[in-house]
Amino acid sequence: MHIPDGFIDVQTSAVFAGLAAAGVAVSLKGARKQLDEKSAPLAGLTAVFIFAVQMLNFPVVAGTSGHLIGAALAAVLVGPWAATLALTVVLIMQAFLFADGGLTALGLSTFNMSIIAVWVGYGVFLLVKKILPKTKSSIVMAAAIGALLSVPAAAIGFTIQYAMGATATFSVSTVFGAMVGTHVLIGIGEALITGLTVSAVLASRSDLVYGWKGNETQLEIRHG
Amino acid sequence: MDKNKKFLAAGFLVSIFLAGVVSFYASSDPDGLEKVAEDIGFIETAKDHTYADGVLADYGVKGIENERASVGVAGVIGVIGTAVVAGLLFTFIARKPNKALK
Repeated sequence: MHIPDGFIDVQTSAVFAGLAAAGVAVSLKGARKQLDEKSAPLAGLTAVFIFAVQMLNFPVVAGTSGHLIGAALAAVLVGPWAATLALTVVLIMQAFLFADGGLTALGLSTFNMSIIAVWVGYGVFLLVKKILPKTKSSIVMAAAIGALLSVPAAAIGFTIQYAMGATATFSVSTVFGAMVGTHVLIGIGEALITGLTVSAVLASRSDLVYGWKGNETQLEIRHG
Repeated sequence: MDKNKKFLAAGFLVSIFLAGVVSFYASSDPDGLEKVAEDIGFIETAKDHTYADGVLADYGVKGIENERASVGVAGVIGVIGTAVVAGLLFTFIARKPNKALK
């Protein structure tokens, strides 16, 4: 969902560049409080892994592909603040090195994927986690559902930007329907990859998983 | 090597493998946004990327004819580049100088 230059006018792009910059600034503050010597390298690894998996476009329906965004995955693994920063680093690398995603559109893409997708993915994760029993498989399920919904949420983000400043004149409701419909399907792939990855990390090093941390503390209290 | 370093090394190697080898098998169909833009018709409003002629544009290395090698090397460069940038950023963020002493 990397937006090329030209889709959205310069004024709207500038507004979202400002919003994205504010979101990144807040995230820098949040991550500063949360990260320590142990979790900081993991946040870096999360960015690296997301860059790699974003290269792996999978087929969705005839003639359409999708790839992981990784926002919910990152939020569950390293927390939402570091997730926003990790995604933003990936988007910057892609735009400047690989000509993937326009430079004037970078704020638009960052807003959709590093902020909307992260917070919708993480919010849904927390909600689902709350209603499920406190087990590792619940964490996997909650992460997958967060991932599933984070993708159409980012697609709605694009639709809002289109409504505000499209250079084309096609109707917003047409764009909305097509974007959400396609990205719900891509969300299924996002959910699968996120679930598999979270489950692999939980199986090997659950102590590193941000979204699992509260559970372990509670278990310790109960036994103590 | 302690177990944190082992985990990081394993994750890094998996990423190198995915970006360096598996990426060749990725679908080259347009992604969701691109397909929607094509179907509806606003793909025409896209401008060429500023760095469309860059050395690594579109995840290929200019000058490497072999497609498998071209995308693979581009992927490995991306993984290493992301590791350097994200590594420096997060290390810098996590540094808490003298906090405990105050």
